[in-house]
Amino acid sequence: MENITVAERKEREWSYISSNDKEEMKKESTDDILKRSLSTKRTKKFNLPESAKAWIALIPALIFLVLFMIYPIINTFIISFMENFHFMKGAGGSFAISNFIAAINNNRLAVKPLISFGNYIAVLKDAEFMESLGNTALIVIVTVPLTIVVALLIAVALNSIKKLQGFFQTVFFLPYVTNSIALGMVFHIIFTDGDAGLFNAFLSIFGIEAQSWLSVYATKWQMFVVIIIYSIWNGIAFKILVFMSGLASIDKQYYDAAKIDGASRTTILRRVTVPLLSPQILYITITSFIGAFKSYTQIISLFGGGAYDFGGTDKKQWETVVGYVYKVMQDDTKIGRAGAASFILLVIILVITLIQSIVSKKRVHY
Amino acid sequence: MAASDNYFASPAKMRIYKAREIGSKTLTYVFLSILGLFMLVPFVYMIITSFRDADAYDLDTMNKVFNLIPSWFNSELGRPNYTLDNYITVFTYRNPVTQEPINFGYYYLNTIYVSVISTFFTLITSVLAAFAFARCEFKGKTLLFTILLATMMIPGEMMVITNFQTVKQLGWDNTFAALIFVHGVSVFYIYYMRQTFQQIPNELFLAAKVDGYGHFAYLWKVMVPIAMPTIVTIAILSLMGAWNAYIWPNLVASGRWRLNSDWSMKLVSNGLMSLFTNSDTGLSKDTVRIAGSMVCTVPLFIFFLIFRKYIMRGVSRSGIKG
Repeated sequence: MENITVAERKEREWSYISSNDKEEMKKESTDDILKRSLSTKRTKKFNLPESAKAWIALIPALIFLVLFMIYPIINTFIISFMENFHFMKGAGGSFAISNFIAAINNNRLAVKPLISFGNYIAVLKDAEFMESLGNTALIVIVTVPLTIVVALLIAVALNSIKKLQGFFQTVFFLPYVTNSIALGMVFHIIFTDGDAGLFNAFLSIFGIEAQSWLSVYATKWQMFVVIIIYSIWNGIAFKILVFMSGLASIDKQYYDAAKIDGASRTTILRRVTVPLLSPQILYITITSFIGAFKSYTQIISLFGGGAYDFGGTDKKQWETVVGYVYKVMQDDTKIGRAGAASFILLVIILVITLIQSIVSKKRVHY
Repeated sequence: MAASDNYFASPAKMRIYKAREIGSKTLTYVFLSILGLFMLVPFVYMIITSFRDADAYDLDTMNKVFNLIPSWFNSELGRPNYTLDNYITVFTYRNPVTQEPINFGYYYLNTIYVSVISTFFTLITSVLAAFAFARCEFKGKTLLFTILLATMMIPGEMMVITNFQTVKQLGWDNTFAALIFVHGVSVFYIYYMRQTFQQIPNELFLAAKVDGYGHFAYLWKVMVPIAMPTIVTIAILSLMGAWNAYIWPNLVASGRWRLNSDWSMKLVSNGLMSLFTNSDTGLSKDTVRIAGSMVCTVPLFIFFLIFRKYIMRGVSRSGIKG
């Protein structure tokens, strides 16, 4: 704790007390206050044991957490194993609130739930799911390393300058405070087909002919280019910020030492900056892998055709796993499948995190 | 660089080093400028296009010319190239067929209402829960906290599937309750708040006890004022999250309000999406769509400029968006 004199501390504590109390306290002598604070009357009011107070403080959060987080996780997990779960119609006993209410009202017969791996098998056999898994994997594999490398380079460059640093930092942070949907739509118009689109106009400077990017005429790979560009644009701000805060905590002595040894800039980057930044790099790698595996909003915002348009004439060119979950969920009879797909997503995320933390144990220097 | 002068054996070597230094500095600035431009282009394009005359824009598309910054006056149409019409449209439009308003006035009010109330709940729940975890001793504290942290790993889709049913069953679809209560708590904010509370020295608690303060009086009169910067950061991040929400509102509140069928329940992001998908209603103009994007973005930008410090600090510790 910082060094402060007794008088200063008194004054600080005084300032924490509201003016009302101050008035009250002025009227009383110090002895009165001491008596009052030690008297049973005052302490009785707070006689509850500490643990009881803790639970009182926890109640509001716990109500929300149990209702909307913990119960849903368990419930979805159970539903994913129920082949005959039919939302609203209530076939198949489930843990869903709907069934509890129905059971209390006694307005339907209890149907024995069919517990099996049926939903999982159906999902894994579904070509659409496998395709969405492949799409998601592609997006992850390409965008994550690319974004991290570019973010790292920008952060290092930003860290090495003094003039305009604040300005550039703000510029690179801007995508974070924008609505992903809104800017996805701007990208949609920037990548318009024909010569009138901004991106095609840019390409024409290099003599490249106008291309289709996001329309039904575009190929899957043309769409992919836009998805990559937008994912980088959309996701880079946070990574730069984290790398910047990591760089700020690196001791300048390492750089001076490297300079004396005559190390080049690339050597410094590879041998000093990256190893010292490895905790941040690990953190960013894990969070971006998870984030990219859940990509959904940026894809639909690019195609602009509503919540279930993933490009192309069949509207599922770049369908992602999360997109698949939401799409399947719309069908009351297939909620179990959506649950199974979301649980598969959870397993994938856990495996990736596990692998990364095992691999990084040897490479991360704390 | 004065201190490093004596690193070099000869002035010649030093000059080479300095020249290299200047060269790499220039390269750094060029690199940053190019990428900075890449970051800014969508914004610039959005601002310009949102003010463009819709017909003039369509003419350009037909003539296959690209005009980033057109001149003030369009001689072909005999009127200026720039207009406020796009903005007027997004604030006054009503679908002629379904009478569904596509009106950012509603969307703004909805979004502000939902974000303010849900932020209020988030703050109350996180401050109280964080207080219990940071200040009090009770059985099962570590276990409970570990469980809460573990839920952060689980993809939100698992929760959405059941919450969607719960909300429908409770008859909450197309009401504000569905939008507010489901996001009334956040494990991350509890965690963040607890970290801040733990930094407050214990002596203060003892001092407050002598003054006759109980646990909750101490929380309200001592801890909350000290932790104000963190509380402000959480409030800002929570407001931003509500402003950017799309998936959940799209599932449970994409129609009209249950209590007033004239009122659209959409939030800004959902309203914007409907601006794009309603191509059959005469709203297919790109300039109007861009104006919609602009209307979604600007309030957040102003917010960012005011609270830049809090936002950047909060974000560097979190990693949550939307």
